[in-house]
Amino acid sequence: MGLLDKHLGYRAPLDAIRAVGADPSNVRFDAVLSPTEGMLNGQKVILLGTNNYLGLTFDEACIEASAAAVRQWGTGTTGSRFANGTFAGHLALEQGLAKFYDRKHAMVFTTGYQANLGVISGLVGRGDHLILDADSHASIYDGARLSHSEVIRFRHNDPEDLYKRLKRLGDQPGGRLIVVEGIYSMMGDVAPLKEIVEVKREMGAYLLVDEAHSMGVLGDRGRGLAEAAGVEADVDFIVGTFSKSLGSVGGFVVSDEKDFDLLRIVSRPYMFTASLPPAVVASTLTALKRLEEDSDLRRRLDANARQLFHGLRALGFQMGPQASPIAAVVMPDQATAVGMWNALMANGVYLNLAVPPATPENRSLLRSSVSAAHTPEQIEKVISVFAQLGQDFGLLPKQARQASA
Amino acid sequence: MESVTDLTVRQIGRTAGIVMQRPVEVTAASDIGRDLGVDSLTLMNIVMELEDVFELSIPLDRLADVETVGDLAALINELRARA
Repeated sequence: MGLLDKHLGYRAPLDAIRAVGADPSNVRFDAVLSPTEGMLNGQKVILLGTNNYLGLTFDEACIEASAAAVRQWGTGTTGSRFANGTFAGHLALEQGLAKFYDRKHAMVFTTGYQANLGVISGLVGRGDHLILDADSHASIYDGARLSHSEVIRFRHNDPEDLYKRLKRLGDQPGGRLIVVEGIYSMMGDVAPLKEIVEVKREMGAYLLVDEAHSMGVLGDRGRGLAEAAGVEADVDFIVGTFSKSLGSVGGFVVSDEKDFDLLRIVSRPYMFTASLPPAVVASTLTALKRLEEDSDLRRRLDANARQLFHGLRALGFQMGPQASPIAAVVMPDQATAVGMWNALMANGVYLNLAVPPATPENRSLLRSSVSAAHTPEQIEKVISVFAQLGQDFGLLPKQARQASA
Repeated sequence: MESVTDLTVRQIGRTAGIVMQRPVEVTAASDIGRDLGVDSLTLMNIVMELEDVFELSIPLDRLADVETVGDLAALINELRARA
């Protein structure tokens, strides 16, 4: 008996998806031409599943900063900051983030996943209570496990349910930390943060907001949902990532919490992993400056998001509740989703196939993420491909053909 | 007369049926994953419903030791006794 036998239940579904065409967990790009175009199987495709919200992956200034840093500081740090020391770039990035968010403290992690692991497990421990939105990202659930705290889920985006579950804890001892996300990564819906803050204040809990998909997207200055909702003073910790709007990799937390520096000596996902390489730090810091200085990026992103969301919804597809850079088209079942996803790629549109259990309510989704770098023509092309395939797959009513047909 | 555990087991079956939108036959010995076909996310959703049914907090970290419906019933009864 092999050690992997316990996972054999996944074999048949995986083979079934592969039998239809490409394997969504193993898409191989021959080349990436720009933030919005790549080559797949020798064919040019529009990239619509990259989380590259501001389109900064090919930004000239970011590339130059990255190249200069790799020449000056080398390819890697070869160790953790806890053991091997900090480079000037790490400090500059933390200072830049603290200033951007107008917070006293910032701390950088090697990935966004590790930021949630490291922050959550550092803030709550055995005997504390962690209250999570039911649709939280896997990194939040894994951080919860690492923390050994008592974990309670509340119904997605439901402040009354949050209130009920906090109240149910009664006068049990231990701290209380609520964790929500700015924009939820699957359906693109936004947390009702004002109402959640009211519950937090009444019940005396701490609040952490993961702005992974909302940094650079929401708020006048691009700080995320807390800024857009006008409740930044009530958000105790903001976690985010560099791998979306900032176009690199890494994660962070900012806060005004006292004794924040202790996190650096208790947070294992921070202490026991190599720190970010200088090239990544340099492009991230430059991208942060671009985000701060060029609000036009956000305007273009918003216009593109609206064009795609309203375009697809007008065709008759079932969508998430609101326009955001994440536009999820709900498919009737997994087989249709897999078929559509392959057909979209064959027609020059790459996006994400999302199937249970990674999705809310066991839905099968075609998940797209829009970029400020998309042109209106690219979005229009995507909508027209969806229109045609929607008819081919019987998801949309057949349009009457032109009289000549 | 049914024991407290039997009643809890029956309630778990009812709640699992509501969450999974199909009839679910359970006994205390039913393995939640193997026999009922409940994945980890569905189990968390069943537990969230059970918290409302029993007006009780069931921390997810306690589910690590739960394999059977009987295990879950025992956990719920322990938490009820403590409340």
